[in-house]
Amino acid sequence: MKVGVVVFPGSNCDRDALHAARLAGAEAELLWHDDPDLRGADAVILPGGFAHGDYLRSGAIARFSPIMGAVREHAARGGLVLGICNGFQVLTEAGLLPGALLRNASLRFEHGWVDVLAERTDTPFTAHVPAGGVLRMPIAHGEGCYFLPDDELDALESRGQVLFRYAASSNRNGSLRDVAGVISERGNVAGLMPHPERAAERLLGSDDGMLLMRSLVESVARTGVAA
Amino acid sequence: MSSVVAESPADQLLHRRLGLTDAELAAIEARLGRSPNDLELAMFSVMWSEHCSYKSSRPLLATLPTAGEDVLAGVGEQAGVVSIGDGLAVAFKIESHNHPSAVEPYQGAATGIGGILRDIVAMGARPVAFLDALKFGDPAEPGVRRLVRGVVRGIGGYGNCVGVPTVGGELWFDASYERNPLVNAMCVGIVEHDRLARAAATGVGNLAVLIGSPTGRDGIGGASVLASATFDDSSAAMRPSVQIGDPFAGKLLIEASLELVSRVLVVGLQDLGAAGLTCASSEMAERGGTGMRVDLAAVPRREEGMAPFEVMISESQERMLAVVEPPRLSAVEEVCRRWGLPAAVVGTVTDDGHVVVVDGGQEIARVPAVALAGEAIVIQRHAQPPARKRAAPAPGVPDLAHDGLPERGMDPGAVLEALLGSPNLGSRGWVTEQYDSTVGSDTLADGQHGAAVLRIKGTSKAIVMATDSQPGVALADPALAAAMAVAECARNVSITGARPLGVTNCLNFGDPGDPEAYWQLAESVRGMGDACRALGLPVTGGNVSLYNESQSGRIAPTAQVGIVGLLEDVALLVRPAFAAEGDVVALLGETSPGLVGSEYERLAGGAPDDRPPSLDLAAEARLQQTVRRAAAARLLRSAQDVSGGGLAVALAEACIWGSHGAELTLPVALPPAVALFGESPSRVVVSVEPERWRDLAAVCAEHGVPCLRLGTVGGGRLRVRLSGDGATGAAEERGVTVADDIDRSVEDLRRAWQQALPRALGEVA
Repeated sequence: MKVGVVVFPGSNCDRDALHAARLAGAEAELLWHDDPDLRGADAVILPGGFAHGDYLRSGAIARFSPIMGAVREHAARGGLVLGICNGFQVLTEAGLLPGALLRNASLRFEHGWVDVLAERTDTPFTAHVPAGGVLRMPIAHGEGCYFLPDDELDALESRGQVLFRYAASSNRNGSLRDVAGVISERGNVAGLMPHPERAAERLLGSDDGMLLMRSLVESVARTGVAA
Repeated sequence: MSSVVAESPADQLLHRRLGLTDAELAAIEARLGRSPNDLELAMFSVMWSEHCSYKSSRPLLATLPTAGEDVLAGVGEQAGVVSIGDGLAVAFKIESHNHPSAVEPYQGAATGIGGILRDIVAMGARPVAFLDALKFGDPAEPGVRRLVRGVVRGIGGYGNCVGVPTVGGELWFDASYERNPLVNAMCVGIVEHDRLARAAATGVGNLAVLIGSPTGRDGIGGASVLASATFDDSSAAMRPSVQIGDPFAGKLLIEASLELVSRVLVVGLQDLGAAGLTCASSEMAERGGTGMRVDLAAVPRREEGMAPFEVMISESQERMLAVVEPPRLSAVEEVCRRWGLPAAVVGTVTDDGHVVVVDGGQEIARVPAVALAGEAIVIQRHAQPPARKRAAPAPGVPDLAHDGLPERGMDPGAVLEALLGSPNLGSRGWVTEQYDSTVGSDTLADGQHGAAVLRIKGTSKAIVMATDSQPGVALADPALAAAMAVAECARNVSITGARPLGVTNCLNFGDPGDPEAYWQLAESVRGMGDACRALGLPVTGGNVSLYNESQSGRIAPTAQVGIVGLLEDVALLVRPAFAAEGDVVALLGETSPGLVGSEYERLAGGAPDDRPPSLDLAAEARLQQTVRRAAAARLLRSAQDVSGGGLAVALAEACIWGSHGAELTLPVALPPAVALFGESPSRVVVSVEPERWRDLAAVCAEHGVPCLRLGTVGGGRLRVRLSGDGATGAAEERGVTVADDIDRSVEDLRRAWQQALPRALGEVA
């Protein structure tokens, strides 16, 4: 089981994602944005950071990186893709996930520990999360306000594509309907603004993020869904 | 083509326009044996600026202790480096970006972060933490609020993007900083011993490769114009002297530089900061005992028509100068290309000891490197203590310090709440929420509650960092204030269980030509040196920022201290918050009188003949050693420094942060205001499991450290009952109705503490 972590110029949580994937028992490797090859990765993580400086708009340039073609093909084959923070923004820009991440309602960068509820625990990303459990993870972003027109949000919810919601008083970016993360209709591409990879050890304040990382790693190992 | 001369009015001499005195021009001529041409004069003007040359402060700085067994690189390098064992070392430095932040707060602060970051990277270290010490004027002033918002946004804008957590710092408000805020940025990095890079140009024939952003006209004369002059209403016109930051390029530069160092592709590496290419070329040549020939035509530019002097002194950001052996050039170029960074060979290392600038095949400047860098002019300044140490208090200010609180009929609980709700003591959350403090997955404590702590992956170790200053005391006694800053900073590190390893400092003072300002600087350095020697701490580097004056006067003398310490076993980390019901609470160290410089004095006014508290450095050293020993023996459940707001605030913070109350009795021999709110140093509040209490008392007795049992952790309220001669008896005799005790719910205290900054900045009513 091998996890590939994509490094865009300006990614800055790539090594954190690598660390957490290894803690979860995976073999993990960095992939370069300019390389159109996933190097045999069974699952792909697009990490947090400021790909291409977030210039123009978060994720808007990164989606044109050569590796994104390979990520798209991987997803089309049913392979698992997880976008964290900036990685989530890249996935929405690339059209692999619905919605857009707008400037935080506060118009400020927001950092802090938040509580997140998993809406579904039957996905490859959340299989280890106990039903109704609250996950404590950090957020760190300036553009994390999840947006989708009302009717599309209704449809998204009815299809069960809202994967995570901020718990009460944890929605610090103004996301519509407290959406913190979504999943593709097929269930193999997911993105969220909070950082599970930074909540990987009790020592650092929480290891709740490992529930996601272990779910991801063991789903691949169990089902063999791969490139 | 524009030139320096063409822009000068005929009636004004060029060297004066560039900020050089007639005496300095004469000294330049003596070193060259001829008159400098315009380009050479421009190069001298930036290198002999106060910012680059330390011409007023060097004789003072030479008195600081610098030796230590852990020191791998010290003063004179781009950052200090101390070993933490296991073949690893910590690189760290603090630097000011005060005047650029006053002129343009966002970019000024952002480029301050970028600059200190590159100093750490240039040592071959991966940056792992930022700490920022900020000082502003009265937060009720709209202009001050604009500066606070801009500076905080600028620090976050750069620091968050480059993926280095901002884990601590200091925020302080005092009217003296109104037009001259202080932005002191500290960066800490981790480097393997055998990857430690040096900023020396060695190997004649090696190539000087300029890596990073193309050179533009931004930041022309930042060192000489901004950093080395006082402020007036024309400050806005200085905006072109402020550099513009590009954190994305900064992040690429980190990764490219670290790859170059780890693959041993470079011989030397230096950041281009103040004085740009002039500084990098001359300092690298000077350190290498070599010379450097710089070909201006090869410097990538982002603007056309730049004059040679502009290229040589531009402070465009996100640039590094690397010295490379010719066979490795193609590998260096390949790394830079992959990270999307321009790299150009702009010079060669020579053996003639001169920085020679060539443009279009023609030599246009030739200056000995040592004349620019190593042997710049030294100015002997005159120091004169102020005639009157303290201003008389305003009429009508009650003499609280001597009478003591209860006798005035004031409720000490209300005073405590007011202190917790004051901008200098309240929660820093409004600021820290705008900084990413968890990126890197190493942050064990983000500095909001005491020192910052980062574990070192792959080891059992952690590094502990703090930065402190004592501007409140400094007006009365700058030497004491600097010593107190060192003591407090080291104490903040020691009480986590860590051993402080070294000191970096940022000295923020006024015009050194003013004998009183120079006396403040000299005294501060003296006090700092005394404290460092007493605590066995080497000074490994730092920065001096002078001319911190404006129409509203000179800033309070501000010796900012940064310390990094080593915790061998992360499992032994002691945190400041009360941890468990029933634990015994004790005060280690002795309370001494003196309320001058305290937050209580700021709130309630001072007595005309009062003084600052005293500092016994031997007692301080004993206290810190004792706390470290107790921590190593797992005797401590929490340890909290007593500083701003005194014992009462320290207790309240330990309660708020731990969500526990406490039932305490404080025997007071001194006036209650001193006992509760005095800020005398060398004290720590600890909590300990009841069954360990005797062991702790024994360790303290063995080291001669006073240890006073105050009570126990428990409940939802902080109750402090005063007892003893100095308490309430006298008041009762006089028939005054008093509230003797502090009795407040922890939630009320938390609310006051949390709302302090938003309220001070006018964001909530």
